Amino acid sequence: MPFAINETMGAYSELLMLLAAGTYTVAFIAFAWDLAKSSKALRAIDLKAAEAAGASAGVKVPVAAGVGASAGAARGSVAAADRVDSHLAGPAGRAERPSSSAAKQAGAMSAAGQTADADMRYAAERRVPARVAVALTVLGVLIHGAGVVTRALGAGRVPWGNMYEFLTTGAFVAVAVFLLVLIRRDLRFLGTFVVGLAIVMLVAASVAYWTPVGHLVPALQSYWLIIHVSIAVMSSALFTLTFAMSALQLVQSHRQKTIAAGGGDKLGFMRLVPSALSLENLSYRINAIAFIGWTFTLMFGAIWAEKAWGRFWGWDTKEVWTFVIWVVYAGYLHARATRGWTGTRAAWLSIVGYLCVVFNFTIVNQFFNGLHSYSGL
Amino acid sequence: MSERVKENKKSPAPVAAAKAEASLPVLGPLGMLRWAWTQLTSMRTALFLLLLLAVAAVPGSLFPQRPTNPFVVTQYIKDNGDYGKVLDKLQLFDVYSSAWFSAIYILLFISLIGCVVPRAIAHYKAMRSQPPRTPKRLSRLPEYGTLVVPADAGLPASDAINSAAGLLRKRGYRVEVRDDGGARPSLGAERGFAKEVGNLVFHTSLIGVLVSVAIGGLFGYSGQRILVEGDTFVNTLVGYDQFTPGTNFQSSQLQPYSIQLDKFDVTFDRESRGKLGQPIDFNAQVTTKESPDAPEKKETLKVNDPVTLGGTSIYLTGNGYAPVVTIRDGAGNVAMQGPVVAKLQGENYYSSVVIKVPDARPDQLGFVGFFLPTAFVTDEGISFSGDPGLFNPQLTLNSYYGDLGLDNGAPQNVFELDVKGLTPLNNRKLEAGGITLAPGSTYTLPDGKGSISFDGVKRYVGVDIHHNPGQVSALIFALLAVAGLIVSLYVNRRRVWVRTGTHEDGRTMVEYGLLARGEDHRLAAEAQAVRKLLTDEWQLDDSGSTQQTPSRLDDNGADSVTTPTGTAGPTKDQ
Ligand code: HEM
Repeated sequence: MPFAINETMGAYSELLMLLAAGTYTVAFIAFAWDLAKSSKALRAIDLKAAEAAGASAGVKVPVAAGVGASAGAARGSVAAADRVDSHLAGPAGRAERPSSSAAKQAGAMSAAGQTADADMRYAAERRVPARVAVALTVLGVLIHGAGVVTRALGAGRVPWGNMYEFLTTGAFVAVAVFLLVLIRRDLRFLGTFVVGLAIVMLVAASVAYWTPVGHLVPALQSYWLIIHVSIAVMSSALFTLTFAMSALQLVQSHRQKTIAAGGGDKLGFMRLVPSALSLENLSYRINAIAFIGWTFTLMFGAIWAEKAWGRFWGWDTKEVWTFVIWVVYAGYLHARATRGWTGTRAAWLSIVGYLCVVFNFTIVNQFFNGLHSYSGL
Repeated sequence: MSERVKENKKSPAPVAAAKAEASLPVLGPLGMLRWAWTQLTSMRTALFLLLLLAVAAVPGSLFPQRPTNPFVVTQYIKDNGDYGKVLDKLQLFDVYSSAWFSAIYILLFISLIGCVVPRAIAHYKAMRSQPPRTPKRLSRLPEYGTLVVPADAGLPASDAINSAAGLLRKRGYRVEVRDDGGARPSLGAERGFAKEVGNLVFHTSLIGVLVSVAIGGLFGYSGQRILVEGDTFVNTLVGYDQFTPGTNFQSSQLQPYSIQLDKFDVTFDRESRGKLGQPIDFNAQVTTKESPDAPEKKETLKVNDPVTLGGTSIYLTGNGYAPVVTIRDGAGNVAMQGPVVAKLQGENYYSSVVIKVPDARPDQLGFVGFFLPTAFVTDEGISFSGDPGLFNPQLTLNSYYGDLGLDNGAPQNVFELDVKGLTPLNNRKLEAGGITLAPGSTYTLPDGKGSISFDGVKRYVGVDIHHNPGQVSALIFALLAVAGLIVSLYVNRRRVWVRTGTHEDGRTMVEYGLLARGEDHRLAAEAQAVRKLLTDEWQLDDSGSTQQTPSRLDDNGADSVTTPTGTAGPTKDQ
């Protein structure tokens, strides 16, 4: 039998969620401030450098141009070196992927133009607003985590049984994953996006999907709920990061091209963002982890479906979209190994994949009838 | 390969196809086949087919599908006229068995086989052959470094290479030493063959999953049955209310086990706000027998917790109330007695009831109405069920007499009564009014047509019964696929080359280079690890590091003095 409902806990949880949303809002402002401030500071440094370089003409432009050009060269040479002996090159049209070492060189050369280096390790320089923003986000996520835990205590079960809980817990996982990645990599340039998304999710949860603490419907009473949904939420959080990175990659690669062609740099804040190739490489690595997670989501979903409905696959709407997402990201992984499909096109696939994730989570949960229609609406 | 690559470089697939088409006459039939095969097994085609598969799967979520919702589809076509018919022609109501969807995934899997087989062969050969020969210019590799062993260390070039070979072997590399007696001995080393193996296992397992699914479709079967408390189901064709055989199903596959529903309990939510009365637990007590003579076994059937029996799994998929009635006909005989399955219609088990009494004489009788477990009536006279529990059970019925049309043998839906040819006896508009019954009460029909008694209420469950022989192998292949995927993404295929030489002043010069196949962000770390192995082994002081990040700088020979490449003079680049 399910545990008893504790309404007081539920009320605490709702209060904590609101507090978390408030803290995130302040963090969001700090992240935005950081973007604005850093881009100004960087511009000043660039200008000084350009002045110092004096007659050696246009340091700024060639430096930025170097990102694309040298990356291309490096990519070419790695591929060339590998081709020396690989007669087992595999299927026709298979590309060598733009490797990380190439990106590193590219990054090293463009370091002057960007804060985050190619590896996205932390640079020595201090960005006060960014630190404030991260500190606030940590505070926010602690409050948020307390909100999720009290919700779980209030309902006496895992807090992901309806749309309200998917949103609140999902937002928590997204921010937590972001902070975890921050330990190793300087992705603070994604702060506004991730924290902004968390705010949107929390607000949507409390305004449109508010549901009091309650028991699970029998269809969800299974340990597979814990396994299947938690992995799905974590993979989605990773996909969220790569979505933002791929979108930035598109902007950055456009900017790099414009600069290389001698055009002006209209998107100053993008200096804070690593080169397009570094973004591509890191998002590939994150996507690879998320893809494995999604494969598990799909499989565990199938096993659960077998337990609950007697067939492991029945093309229920939710199953269809989970499959579509899986195939799109499989396409993404292929694209990274296909000549002519790395870079911009791969980034588009990553974006399309994420749009499918969002669609699956919002529209499919709400408007499509299927066996999964238990979102608590 | 490189030529083809050049040709394809800029043109997107269709253009390339058109180009190739233009040159078809030269190819001849065999050439054409080969060309088609090359195209089909190319990486770009695989990608294209994958994306196409994703797109093709979408309409199945937009339109109702026959296998899951046959009635909705029929209604949809009826409601949409020609548009519906066109959709039907395009197989948009059977997306996942449609010709076009099948074509895409079959092509994809042919492409997959065409991909996997040659790669498996190539990889097998690669695993058995020696590591690739040492490139002339190691400095061009993405990771490159040099070491200098002092002359007094007593480590000549050939010893150094053998010592390096030993270290790399310990690190899991397969190593070949070349020319170790010569002036510039070198070694080639490689590891991470598991990466490609993982990739092949992954792709092959996908084929395995597909085949398992196909086997399930061929030899599996599924069916449904409603069981009222006390009912027994025997696994024979006639035992099913609805049965869907696989393409190759034979009725001899059915093992005649039996399952009896002893008791069914539902727990309703009595605490949470806004969700009062929502069911939170279903629990069916059943008695099963593997075969007619087998011993009885008590089991519990729950949602998410099927009972397995005789190669099938039995799932709890529905439930409701079955009011028990006794109906006497005009002649005073009991024409029907037993539970009537009430179909769920609305909130709180508001259910519809249809009773057909073909055995009633002189006239057959029919009843249509509702069952409410906790009946309430609004001021406007609209009745509704206030709770899912049995607090105020009520049957409200209209009655008819006449020919039910059951005798001509045409199958009828038990949940519907066609009242067209019948004469109404009871309804609200007639003088006699409608029938309202509480448990234990009896109503006498007008005109001496008989009577109906509401004796009590039982519960029923709906069970789905499935047999899928492909299930286990699908799971095994899926697990293999994930294992292969993880290995393929996280094992790195790397090569290391080391070359040594003796400087004029007697020092032993060592250079090494690393190369990854595919994505490998930890190659630099590996280079560092290899360097540390060598310096530790040779007790070199590595603080004044000569480690070099790969760069085009050393290609200009600026630091060639320290490298054997330099001592050997310029070599022609590959
Ligand atoms: C059923 C369709 C397919 C799916 C779902 C699929 C999925 C995947 C996935 C997820 C990966 C990345 C993981 C890994 O490296 O092992 C991958 C890699 C790969 N696939 Fe497929 N694949 C399919 C069909 C094909 C076909 C038809 C080909 C041949 C043209 C192919 C060739 C490759 C190659 C060469 C790689 C390795 C890329 C690399 O990492 O270097 N795949 N596939």
